[in-house]
Amino acid sequence: MSELTSSVAPPYPALSEKLKFYGIWIVTALILLALPKVFSSGGALTTFSLIGISIIFSLSYNILLGQTGLLSFGHAVYYGLGGFLVIHAINMISANKLPIPLPLVPLIGGLAGLFFAALLGWVSTQRSGTAFAMISLGVAELIASSALILRTFFGGEAGISANRTKLFRVFDWNFGPQIQIYYLIAAWTLLAVIAMYALTRTPLGRMCNAVRDNPERVQFVGYDPHVVRYLAFCFAGFFAGIAGALAAINFEIANSAYLGALQSGTVLFSTYIGGIGYFIGPIVGAIFVTVLSLTLSDLTSVWQLYFGLFFIAVVTFAPGGLTGLLMMHRPLLKGGTLGKVLPSYLMALVPTLALVAGLVLAIETIIHHTVNPGDDPNIKAFGMNFNASSPITWIIALFLIVAGFVAARLTWRRLAQAWDDALSAAHERGYHA
Amino acid sequence: MLELIVISTLNGVLFGMLLFLMASGLTVIFSMLGVLNFAHASFYMLGAFFGFQISRWFGFWPALLFAPLLAGALGAAVERFGLRRVHRNGHVAELLFTFGLAFAIEEIVQIIWGKSPVDFRIPPVLDFPAFTIFSTNYPAYKMFMLLVSIAIFVGLLLVLKKSRVGLIVQAALTHPHMVGHLGHNVGRIFMLVFGVGTALAAVAGVIAGPALVTQSNMAALLGPILFVVVVVGGLGSLPGAFIASLLIGLVQTFAVSMNGSLEGAFGPLGPAYAQSWLADIWSVTVAQIAPIMPYVLLVLILIFRPMGLLGTRET
Repeated sequence: MSELTSSVAPPYPALSEKLKFYGIWIVTALILLALPKVFSSGGALTTFSLIGISIIFSLSYNILLGQTGLLSFGHAVYYGLGGFLVIHAINMISANKLPIPLPLVPLIGGLAGLFFAALLGWVSTQRSGTAFAMISLGVAELIASSALILRTFFGGEAGISANRTKLFRVFDWNFGPQIQIYYLIAAWTLLAVIAMYALTRTPLGRMCNAVRDNPERVQFVGYDPHVVRYLAFCFAGFFAGIAGALAAINFEIANSAYLGALQSGTVLFSTYIGGIGYFIGPIVGAIFVTVLSLTLSDLTSVWQLYFGLFFIAVVTFAPGGLTGLLMMHRPLLKGGTLGKVLPSYLMALVPTLALVAGLVLAIETIIHHTVNPGDDPNIKAFGMNFNASSPITWIIALFLIVAGFVAARLTWRRLAQAWDDALSAAHERGYHA
Repeated sequence: MLELIVISTLNGVLFGMLLFLMASGLTVIFSMLGVLNFAHASFYMLGAFFGFQISRWFGFWPALLFAPLLAGALGAAVERFGLRRVHRNGHVAELLFTFGLAFAIEEIVQIIWGKSPVDFRIPPVLDFPAFTIFSTNYPAYKMFMLLVSIAIFVGLLLVLKKSRVGLIVQAALTHPHMVGHLGHNVGRIFMLVFGVGTALAAVAGVIAGPALVTQSNMAALLGPILFVVVVVGGLGSLPGAFIASLLIGLVQTFAVSMNGSLEGAFGPLGPAYAQSWLADIWSVTVAQIAPIMPYVLLVLILIFRPMGLLGTRET
């Protein structure tokens, strides 16, 4: 008997492993505390706040997509409802002078998300796979359209606003300056990330993975996949509600865009681009996508097109997302064969960059001729100046695209070859993951 | 009242037939490839914009022929060079690929034709009232739309029931793997089905473009309704999609033409709290909630018949 348990249960972690595990969280907390000291500009603080909200939202989405295998097109519903409830709560608290400080208010948003997820989830999670995706889309449209009809609660097109500084104060923080909001969001982000990580280690988290991989077997073991999906849906709704609440506190407004399809699409994008196979994936994705959307929108007017094309490229070529790409290199790194691939990487990089540059040049030139044909043909995109009407631009773009494509195909094939060699060499040395 | 019923029925059937033009392609693609094409409504939009551009250069009738061909060729290319590649990464990746595609197509259409509606006009030949019922003139173009969609419906029915390709497609609806095992060139059939499906959506776009608004958000407006049709009818069921299309077409058209509200129904008998607490729900008219009717229907169907009206397959 003791033999059986010792072989089934994982070994009790050693002290060094425990230190390593708790060390990561403590280091994260210290980094979060120190960040505003390093980047103290107002813009940086706003960006950090947005990233924090996006991290919670993306991780909550990954409870559905990555861990339970439920592709949702309407996750923003719980985010938005959390936001709206919190705005109403702030108004109600300050009107009635209730002794509830602002740092506790996001919990109201979380509970609102949980409530609506519990309400709508039972119907939605009856089916999985494609049917669930379509149902989530339908439910999201239902709520988003209703938001425009129920004007008293949702405030119509303009939305409703609140003043976050008029609440009950502790430690004399009024949460007016962005730095205080940053610390509020950072604290909640850390709490939520730890809670969601803990969730993946619970039996429920494991059953979610089982439902994702083999729902039929789960039924044979004696669980109801519908109930497991429903519970995962409720947890996802709860954390999405917290994210929405923080967003509402950050902007002091909630409008119907919070619930909309674009918001649902954005969280799907950032989660998938980050990588749904690892816990850290959505965090990477949230940071990457937030920074990308902020910087790209400065560089070009059609950043959403590039964003969409980038997403298509990730789905096509790197289904594991950015984290999946990085994790692919782990056996090579451990086996010490990474050096063999690097030259091929460099060789593949040049034509790929040329191809991308050619595409960007072509897109920007076409945009110049369709969107603002009368303007000065000397346009600037991504910091480069070029003349959109000169034939040389066209020739360069065409050359870059064609030559880049041909060369990229060749070099990527070589890279795949080198990769396979390096991987089998690493396997021979006994490193498999 | 009778006038309202007749006109709304005509409009509802028309809208339903348009929906079915798209839903049929979507259903067949889903049954065979196992992927719900999120970008299907985008091909409807592409059809409308291609139609607009071609009708500007060559006239409406060439547009009616060439815009769907162009969109269909584009669809086939998407299947051949995009989806087939992504297929290795699983169904979620396929669905997300079409989702990204829908996003990109909307952006591209905005870049080329702008965000505001384009001036896509009814061809002068068809710009006259077909008949007058009671006091309403019913436009001939709408009758033309109805005829085209019914003609395509009948043609599709004949192809599916009588031809060899139709037999294979029908077999793939219920036993997609068996068709592959029997040695048909599955890849080419997939490409063909995808191309024809998107071309049908584009036909709907060309004929609906002049009557409705041709704008870069038309895909985003219609897409969700299309998926509701497919889920309500039962994923993978063509007859189900037909019934659901007509049902949603009729429900939405009738809802738009009704002006009643709870306030009107109860009049002065309404409880006092209705004026304050439930003011929104109390005073909203049926016409105002018409846009959410399909989704309400979806939720109701899911509660009472999770498989959809005629659905049999789990996923």
